[in-house]
Amino acid sequence: MTDKYDAIVVGAGHNGMVCSALLAKAGKKVLVLEANDQVGGAAVTREFADGYSVSACAHLLYQLQPEVRKELKLSPQMASEDMTTIALAEDGNHLRIHGDNVEGATESDAEQYRRFRKRMTRFSDLLRKYFNKTPPRLGSKAFTDLLTLGQLGLDVRMLGKEEMQEFLRLIGMNIHDEVTERFEHPLLRGAISLDAVLGTHLGPRSPNTIMTYLYRQAGDHGRTATPSGGMGSISEELGHVARGAGATIRTGMPVKRIIIENGRATGVETESGERFNSFTVISNADPKRTMMQLVGAKHIETGFTKRIHHLRAKGNAAKLHLALDGLPTIAGFSRKDYAERIVIASDEHYVERAFNPAKYGESSPLPVLEITFPSFRDTSLAPTGKHVMSAVVQYAPYERKGGWNEAAKTEFMQAIMQTLANYMPDIEQRVTASELLTPADIESEFHISGGHWHHGELTLDQFLFVRPVNGAAQYRMPIDGVYLCGAGAHPGGGISGAAGRNAARAILNREKAA
Amino acid sequence: MNARAPVHQGRLKSPFYPRLEQLDFVNEWHEWKGYSSADSLYCEEMEYFAIRNSTAVFDLTPMTKYLIKGPDALDYLNRLVTRDMAKIRPGRVAYAVWCDDQGHVIDDGTIFHLREGEYRLCSQERHFAHLLASAIGFDVTITHETEDVAALAVQGPTSFSVLDSMGLDGLDQLKPFGLMHFDFQGVELMVSRTGFTADLGYELWIDPRKAIELWDALFDAGKLHGIRAIGTHALEQARIEAGFLAAYMEFLPADETIRTGRSRSPLELGLDWLVDFKKPNFNGRRALAEEKRSGSTWRLVKLDIEGNKPAHNSYIYSNAKAKGGEIGFITSATWSPVCKQNIALGTVRVPHGQPDSNVWVEIYYQREMHWNRMMAKATVVDKPFWWPARRGATPPGPY
Amino acid sequence: MKTYDAIIVGAGHNGLTTAAFLAKAGLDVVCVEKNDYIGGATVSRNLYKDWWYSNCSYVCSLLRPEIYRDLELHKHGLQVTPYGGSVTFMENGDYFGSYHDHEVAYREMSRFSRHDADAYKTYSADTMRQCRFIRDFLLSTAPDPTSFKPRDLKELARIGGKFMGMGEDRMNETIRFWTMSVAEYLDEYFETDVIKASLSGSGIIGTALGIHSPGTAYVLLHHYMGDVDGNVGSWGFARGGTGAVSKAIAGAFQAAGGELRTEAGVDKFIVRNGKAAGVALDNGEEIKANVVVSAMDVKRTFLNCMDKSDLPEKFHRRVENFKIRGSSGKINIALDGMPTFSALPEGSSLYSSDMHFIDSMERMERAYDDWKDGTWSKDPYIDLTIPTVSDPTMAPPGKHFMSCFVQYCPHKIEGRDWTSEEKDGFRDSVFDQIAQYSPDFKDLVLHAEVRTPEDIENEIGITEGNIFHGELTMDQLLFNRPVPGYAQYRSPVDGLYMCGSSNHPGGGIMAAPGANAAREILSDLRRPNTVPENFGDD
Repeated sequence: MTDKYDAIVVGAGHNGMVCSALLAKAGKKVLVLEANDQVGGAAVTREFADGYSVSACAHLLYQLQPEVRKELKLSPQMASEDMTTIALAEDGNHLRIHGDNVEGATESDAEQYRRFRKRMTRFSDLLRKYFNKTPPRLGSKAFTDLLTLGQLGLDVRMLGKEEMQEFLRLIGMNIHDEVTERFEHPLLRGAISLDAVLGTHLGPRSPNTIMTYLYRQAGDHGRTATPSGGMGSISEELGHVARGAGATIRTGMPVKRIIIENGRATGVETESGERFNSFTVISNADPKRTMMQLVGAKHIETGFTKRIHHLRAKGNAAKLHLALDGLPTIAGFSRKDYAERIVIASDEHYVERAFNPAKYGESSPLPVLEITFPSFRDTSLAPTGKHVMSAVVQYAPYERKGGWNEAAKTEFMQAIMQTLANYMPDIEQRVTASELLTPADIESEFHISGGHWHHGELTLDQFLFVRPVNGAAQYRMPIDGVYLCGAGAHPGGGISGAAGRNAARAILNREKAA
Repeated sequence: MNARAPVHQGRLKSPFYPRLEQLDFVNEWHEWKGYSSADSLYCEEMEYFAIRNSTAVFDLTPMTKYLIKGPDALDYLNRLVTRDMAKIRPGRVAYAVWCDDQGHVIDDGTIFHLREGEYRLCSQERHFAHLLASAIGFDVTITHETEDVAALAVQGPTSFSVLDSMGLDGLDQLKPFGLMHFDFQGVELMVSRTGFTADLGYELWIDPRKAIELWDALFDAGKLHGIRAIGTHALEQARIEAGFLAAYMEFLPADETIRTGRSRSPLELGLDWLVDFKKPNFNGRRALAEEKRSGSTWRLVKLDIEGNKPAHNSYIYSNAKAKGGEIGFITSATWSPVCKQNIALGTVRVPHGQPDSNVWVEIYYQREMHWNRMMAKATVVDKPFWWPARRGATPPGPY
Repeated sequence: MKTYDAIIVGAGHNGLTTAAFLAKAGLDVVCVEKNDYIGGATVSRNLYKDWWYSNCSYVCSLLRPEIYRDLELHKHGLQVTPYGGSVTFMENGDYFGSYHDHEVAYREMSRFSRHDADAYKTYSADTMRQCRFIRDFLLSTAPDPTSFKPRDLKELARIGGKFMGMGEDRMNETIRFWTMSVAEYLDEYFETDVIKASLSGSGIIGTALGIHSPGTAYVLLHHYMGDVDGNVGSWGFARGGTGAVSKAIAGAFQAAGGELRTEAGVDKFIVRNGKAAGVALDNGEEIKANVVVSAMDVKRTFLNCMDKSDLPEKFHRRVENFKIRGSSGKINIALDGMPTFSALPEGSSLYSSDMHFIDSMERMERAYDDWKDGTWSKDPYIDLTIPTVSDPTMAPPGKHFMSCFVQYCPHKIEGRDWTSEEKDGFRDSVFDQIAQYSPDFKDLVLHAEVRTPEDIENEIGITEGNIFHGELTMDQLLFNRPVPGYAQYRSPVDGLYMCGSSNHPGGGIMAAPGANAAREILSDLRRPNTVPENFGDD
């Protein structure tokens, strides 16, 4: 028998490390077990070709919660900050969005955009407040639940009559209607639509996409940044902080199961057969993997099993990494533009049409892309004079008809390269190596069921009180001692740390109450 | 394109139907899970006394049956039902109840441990979707076999004698809730010592292709033992005397209940003895543990009611003046011909309904176009109304 | 010139309902209608020989029984007969039928999946639980969550109380139900494609959403919460076509002393000193009234028939942003005889059912993709009924009237008007799909009336011809319907009210918006209420 820990965290994703750091800081003896050889989960920097490295999954930082930064005293080094979004036009008349300003559109669009941003900022700030709290239980008579619910009600009312009406109206609406009602410039409509659907199985016309847009804003108000050394450096810093606070992090230690004895968690067993004991096991893994594989249906009830089984977590975002022997030519680009965030989404219809095939298990013949050249500002990522392109590409449905075999990947890769070539005519010649990670690859390499960014679709039926599923929104699973601290829990994914922080606080509060 | 014949419209006929039809004189049938099932065949009263006095045969075929097998079958059942199935060895049968996560009863039924790792679950209602959902993460196969197994209840004091004369050797050693397999004309006949009557009795399970042969052999053997086919009404009286529950009477299946608070927990149905909290996990465990801690809302009671007017659909009060409003209602009521008692099952709000306490039942009855109302005093009884020693005697005597 | 107590603009079923309840309260009411017939989209028309077409709406189940009873519609000629089941024809020559008899329905589903056959009862219970929750609020005005008025707080508390009464688990399930897509909702219960496809239709009928669009599970309720004689979820035909409904309500209105004027289209609502004063008709005539009620959809009312200057700017903008989308068309057909459906055996009860020809979820969703691209579905979702199977009054003996509700069908083709070739193309898509399952169908067609949303808009006046007068999405329901702050049938103009389906609880031949509006108007006038209470169900 090894020593007993106060808590064991399964998975050293960023949320797992935020959670363990906070627990360790509170004096808990914490062990973190990570399957891969490096910490970070989907926030890692990996070499994908000789001398070329890249943020392997998440590549932009825009949601890291100020509370997390502050409490863990994080000061990540940024290669680029407050990036401009450039929506590409084939003819070089690109649209540039920076903060609340749009360049390249009409004055009316610019004005509308400022208004739109103002409202979105107000709403996302409201949501953000609750992203950093444990969701209250409906119908509960507990003081904290009633308090949070009351506060939520009050905060919504405090928006003022008109804004409250707008909030209640917009929250269920789709981004398509909002952009078509407001904006004339197709690229502006396209870029906003893209922001609303990245990482989801939704198209701009799907109701609910205002909510996903707001979700993305709930942090740095949509301002994007790339950390020096790629996303892995954030994870390394988090690992450093967690260790510094006293947590033990062991990599290369895949957990086989969470040990349940007499109806409660008593520890974990690793693939190698080692056993670690603790009455508190916190899973950074996604809800499906946690409950169905690590815990096992035998230990949970039928209704809950069914809910986890039906949890929608089928990713659509693929990740493309290109090693380039030089920057591709883009019409109308000045050199500094390569440091920015570049999107391909010619209008909202383009995004919708890219989504259509995904509904039928087919990948988009004309995909939407969010592109960065991280090596432009960060020379550590590529050999001198060479470059790396990192792109999120949609839609690549996890459940592709016929599966993600080589032929399917080749077909999708061709579609992407053709799309890129419309804007970067010489891209084909520049590429010396490439890597395409489909959701299926992301599932197997990063151990995320369905390869989904958010560990579970970010729709209102899997949100707030019912995230990840009805009956488990307070980080506690319906089995004593098992907790969730990853993106599958409230509020959701993205490099935000909110789920990890909320989980740590919920666990500490519970202990205090006991 | 050719037209496809529609699925069978109207009612299905059990494989025993041709024989039942021959014995039917009153032509009173109702629908039971799609099958025609007799209310009565010739005379309810005589049919009832066949149960209590000789041997009654009831066609059980429409009962829903599932075959559950596979390496995880025991674990699966233990998660599904509230009692500990590890204690049920092969050759034994368990009465069991299963709940949803909220601890509300979905249904009750019997689980036959046919052979090592192979079970048959038998219930009034259908549960295939729930059983399959419960199988997520378990290595089990579940087969719906309602139509593949024909079944007869053979109940009454002479039932052993009937089956014994049919040549079922060794049946005398079969204890209540035991089962045995026999060869019957080349097919397997399963006999379990189970029933819905609280009397000496058996249930016979066989391939439907041999149903008629079984019936004939049974009635042939039973000729000298007063064997009679019966309908549902007689059985229902015996069921209430035994204090057994029926779905849609004493409880509603939780997964079909629309209004909040209308379903019941096993604790509220007096089935505490079936809930084994020593098991670390089963459906409803967390909710039931909480209910045990904080108290139930309802209690199922057996009532011995004064007078002789059956208390169908009556309200129950805590006093004769109905002060404080009703505390519950009757779920099943009958005159017990064997006990000569006016009996009923009912559901009352806790803390009412303690054993030996009194409640009052509001009974409406009609005599020649004239309706009367009475408040009848009732006593809450603890034991079944009818539970004779012969029910459990092994070997059974030639009653 | 005479000043009426109230004028109702539009003699659709809601306008007539408001009119009838106001007249019953003793008001001097006139109801004006632009067409030479009444009923709006609740109408039976004689467009070909001896045939009567329910040429817009075609089935009847949502009509609130409280209103039916209170207005004594049976005395004014209304008779609603339930009809049998539904059938979905499959590409492989099979079909999936649904039947009234639970056991037969179970057996049919078991042919495809025993799991699904069993799951259906849980599905029904879960869906009915949501129906029960919403049914209770149909005959009441949605409270304004931003208001601190006692009435709103009380109604909010009532809804809240009812919600809380469900318990935590079911509250959470309700939140999920209201926000998820019908496809995902069905996925949680069923495994068989054709069963899901056949059930999913109710989630998209009348909306510009696909089965995968979040929020469509709720739309199911608009097709499940109706009842015929208390059988919740069952559907019926009005004898004589749906026009019988508006005729009966009009009968009740006139019996209460109301005045009905057809061919009296309204050009403008007259506002004087910030108060509604009456209407100006197309022919220049003015009618004065103290209360003016519009049964037209909210866009037509405020954008077409009012001066922008009479309305607050924000309200005007919100009305502009209110979504009324043409998503369905209608084809009404006179048949020389009963068409044969090859898959059905002779005499099958399914001949009198709802017929559908889309047997997979993928085909359902693909039909929507065409609409998004600005064209009609090439493989459309058709809800086909032949009411003359049970209604002898709509066609000569042996002949039949066939009603095809078709989705999706856009208001404009890629943003411009329909051409006649395109209308033919739309009709052919429908005819070809039917003929695939009924070889003699095309030969039996004597006459066909093809109605795109554009046609319906032009004739009936509903913006984009939308059957619900506005999308049934979360942002346009309850206190958001039609626009936030004006969900209580009152407009920003004093004395001007709304009573059409753009208002809570929405469209379908429900008559609830009309009744609710009447109750609000009477309350403002301090008159005794004539609108009945919900029957209740506990």
